[in-house]
Amino acid sequence: MANPIITLEHVTRTFRVKRETIKAVDDVSLDIHEGEIVCLVGESGCGKTTTGKMLAGVLPISAGKILYRGKDIARLSGRDHKQFRLGVQMIHQDPYASLNPAHTIAAIIAAPLQHHGLTRGEAQTQARVRELLALVDLTPPDDFLEKFPHQLSGGQRQRVSIARALTVNPSFIVADEAVSMVDVSIRISLLNTLTKLKTAMGLGVLFITHDLALAKYFAWEGRVGVMYLGRLVELAPARQLVEQPQHPYTQVLLSAIPEADPEITRHKRRIELRSMDVPSLLRLPTGCAFHPRCPQFLGATCERDVPELLAAHGARVACHLVSRQ
Amino acid sequence: MQPTLSVQNLSIEYQARRGRVQAIRNVSFEVHRGEALALIGESGSGKTTLGLGIVQLLPSTAKITQGKALYRRDTLTLDALTLQGKALREFRWKECAMVFQSALNALNPVLRIADQFGDTAKAHGYLQGRALQERAEQLLRMVRLDPERVWKSFPHELSGGMRQRVLIALGLLLEPQLLILDEPTTALDILTQRNIMDVLKELRAKLDFALIFISHDLSLAAELADRVATVYAGKIVEIADVATTFQDPHHPYTIGLINAVPTLRGAKEDLTSIPGSPPDLIELPPGCKFHPRCPLADYRCREQEPELEPIKPGHAVACWQWRSARAAMEKFRS
Repeated sequence: MANPIITLEHVTRTFRVKRETIKAVDDVSLDIHEGEIVCLVGESGCGKTTTGKMLAGVLPISAGKILYRGKDIARLSGRDHKQFRLGVQMIHQDPYASLNPAHTIAAIIAAPLQHHGLTRGEAQTQARVRELLALVDLTPPDDFLEKFPHQLSGGQRQRVSIARALTVNPSFIVADEAVSMVDVSIRISLLNTLTKLKTAMGLGVLFITHDLALAKYFAWEGRVGVMYLGRLVELAPARQLVEQPQHPYTQVLLSAIPEADPEITRHKRRIELRSMDVPSLLRLPTGCAFHPRCPQFLGATCERDVPELLAAHGARVACHLVSRQ
Repeated sequence: MQPTLSVQNLSIEYQARRGRVQAIRNVSFEVHRGEALALIGESGSGKTTLGLGIVQLLPSTAKITQGKALYRRDTLTLDALTLQGKALREFRWKECAMVFQSALNALNPVLRIADQFGDTAKAHGYLQGRALQERAEQLLRMVRLDPERVWKSFPHELSGGMRQRVLIALGLLLEPQLLILDEPTTALDILTQRNIMDVLKELRAKLDFALIFISHDLSLAAELADRVATVYAGKIVEIADVATTFQDPHHPYTIGLINAVPTLRGAKEDLTSIPGSPPDLIELPPGCKFHPRCPLADYRCREQEPELEPIKPGHAVACWQWRSARAAMEKFRS
């Protein structure tokens, strides 16, 4: 495969909370290539959003390195830095908060085009705005140009956010829970639009979600990473992750998810945790952070050593049990 | 057996600056003792309004324009919508308890859990002191909480899932016969959701109350409900037992919703979105409210609104095309 667009090398992010330090993201390494979709899943507080923000350059990292097309983003300057900032764009979770309510859709999309001198003259800008709206399936574009965000549905607003992200011709998109506030019935069409754009423009995508079924669907040809308390614990091709999960945490998550079929969901095999309590990031368990809850806890090894993310059966897994097999 | 609650022809409107919001339109349904009914639908479909209407907690801009909600317990029968004063206070909590969405804000932040139980008991003239604590501890254990850990805690010292379970225990304090849960697992993590679902299942097995839960999550309905009512634009468009809802749905909207939700097992090709978006409840389209998004709509759908009609025992659908809907939707997908 070609060189990755984004490379995370042992990325760590700490925060100071009342004189104590917590590690929100701990030693995460990941490559994402052109045209590839990677989904990050995990429960709240697992560090998935923090990872996305660091990758988009809006949050500095505490240790490690993030490379954009092979260059360390912390050392970029001048033109390279601008290229990175334009090349990696974010789509936020809440389309009700991320669009300026006082601007028309045309103005929202035209602003970055004009600011970065991507179009010359009013006519060209207007033509490009129309083109972008059509690209995100807001058709006919003329119906939307003079509207304000409050006149659009959640799904339509999120399409405007996507169009705005595309104004600067990015090569990488970070989408943080980008469909979770959109009606269930239209989520799929929004994801299909993103998939279409990814293919047409060769975009790399980091999609952050708490919904594993959605992750499997969206990252169908790509990969899904599972995070737990700041660490990446399993990274695998999407369908493999859901069908043959290897990390005990992934297995527990999958067994806990209800399914939209009463027969299946009521007879699903459940894996019980050893403890329901989620450890605080302030007092992380020693060794493998999952060990106090892990149904396959091995004993001393798990309590003492932090498992590394190692290759296992076509995936990468951070678990002592898996690495023994 | 008489149903615990029978809602008859209920309509609720909100007065907004732009006009009347028709949040609930002529809704009728029943829930029996020991039964769990799921109300599923998208945001803005009117589900929460329906729940709030039953316990008379609607905001002042709302008006119940018609209908009844008959509640029965043993020989007692009353219309929950007309209760006032003392009778209303007694109905709430003693007969019918509601657990609201966003459990994180529903507890008083300056009271310990013990006092939240104490206040509720006092307001309703229920047990006090030692007897109350014993009853509360029993309920807390039933929702899988450690009473020792929780009893003296403030809400902020508990996680979201723990607070949700405290609220469920609190809701059951006065042994109501009807429990209404609004989005009981929304905004909770997967493992916490699982825990709440298991707790609700255990409670239903132990206590014999009627349960109405409101959710946009189809899988929660598949997991917990005995019967499922699909709500669209303020109206129940299909109601059936849970197996029928998922295996043999007849309303294009129910079919569309099931086809739109990704599942862990499903293949990518199985999914299709419903085109368009839910209607504006102030300016509802004529005819069937789903027709602008329905691939099967014809002239009649555009002009005349279908009412909920029984098509089989226990299965009612509000659709002119119900006979051919399943086959036609299947064809439309491929």
